Amino acid sequence: MNVPIEITVNGALHREEVEPRMLLVDFLRERLNLASVHIGCEHGVCGTCTVQMDGKCIRSCITFALQADGAEVTTAEALAEGAQLHPLQDAFWEKQALQCGYCTPGMLMVCEELLRDNPRPTAEEVRERISSNLCRCTGYQFIIEAVMHAAEQHGEGPAAQIAEVTR
Amino acid sequence: MKPPPFTYHRPTTTDEALAMLADAGDSDTRILAGGQSLIPLMNFRVALPDELIDINFIDELDYIREDEGCLAVGAAVRLSTAERSADVARLAPLVSEGLRSVAHPPVRNRGTVVGSLAHADPAAELPALLLALDGEVVLRSSGGERRVAAGDFFEQPLVTSIEPGELVVEARFPVSDGHSGHALVEFTRRHADFAVAGGVVALRPENGAPRQAAIALFGIAGTALRAGAAEAMLADDEGADAREVADAAVGEIRILGDIHGGPEYRRRVARACVERALVRARGGLQ
Repeated sequence: MNVPIEITVNGALHREEVEPRMLLVDFLRERLNLASVHIGCEHGVCGTCTVQMDGKCIRSCITFALQADGAEVTTAEALAEGAQLHPLQDAFWEKQALQCGYCTPGMLMVCEELLRDNPRPTAEEVRERISSNLCRCTGYQFIIEAVMHAAEQHGEGPAAQIAEVTR
Repeated sequence: MKPPPFTYHRPTTTDEALAMLADAGDSDTRILAGGQSLIPLMNFRVALPDELIDINFIDELDYIREDEGCLAVGAAVRLSTAERSADVARLAPLVSEGLRSVAHPPVRNRGTVVGSLAHADPAAELPALLLALDGEVVLRSSGGERRVAAGDFFEQPLVTSIEPGELVVEARFPVSDGHSGHALVEFTRRHADFAVAGGVVALRPENGAPRQAAIALFGIAGTALRAGAAEAMLADDEGADAREVADAAVGEIRILGDIHGGPEYRRRVARACVERALVRARGGLQ
């Protein structure tokens, strides 16, 4: 039996009916065509399905879509404004913090929350926070450098937006 | 994989949830809180519940408060909320510290304190914290309410003394007197993985008498355990050598191994965790 839900995703309200067992990751990908939300392990280990619910990172493969009823969900699609990349995305580009790109959306969402919680993290704090997400290409070092770079630029130009991402 | 089909219920009051549990009869009905353990089990098709009762929308279970000498945490409180709570830090600093070792932030943003206790994973931190602090859980059914001490709650891996029709509505951690020394030390292969082994030490002054010491171990047996012989050593001599206390703590336990570590390795890791936790707890007393 399908259940009606109302979810705001990247600022737009969606009224849908879902089967209770539908995972949030499948709802975002299949109903809303948000292809940034990747499916990896499907049991809450790899972190590539990470999205933000009411501003906090969650794993969308171990959350039912109907648990997001009434919530605001943000995916990596919301980071850039048109052609203007988010400062974190710029930093990932600048520091080559991705290779195959599969982990990147989840990494970006985790790092965005980190920089909101803690605008000037130490490398160790970045290391600890991104340990929730697996990357098989970069060895993580470039990702840590990118987050540190984005944090350093905070308050010095476009990166000042980091704390003001709309959600 | 994808989770199997189930019937979904969304109560908005505790009484409504209890009525649904009472009506469940013989069907496999589970409580859905944060879902951070249940949904992976469903994705693996290990758990195949007929019905889920989602308690995330019961506002009256979302509270953290001081109540009769205890820190009371309602069943809808998320791990990250408790971790950031000034009340938890003040009333039960050991719980505050221990929560930082529970999984990763995205899991703590969904998972709940009570859910972790009810799930009763032998490698989880919260059962060991509740056990070390002599806490209890409050179980409610449509027929009434009872309190169960941590020592009587955890029975086997993933098995507790929750009876059919009962919901764990609250966890109760006795309030710290502010002068206690405590620590949780665990070893994980990667940050926030399931612990290979861990130890919790809580030292409490008692009316000027020798300090009462509680030592709990996790990750090495079917449930979290208290280390009675080691606690007795500390009761006899509060300055007992930390290494000898740790030896005693692991000496009395039949330790289970798995692919992440055999019994002898786990014994050594657990011993080291207890020793370090005791040293840190003593440091906190000064």
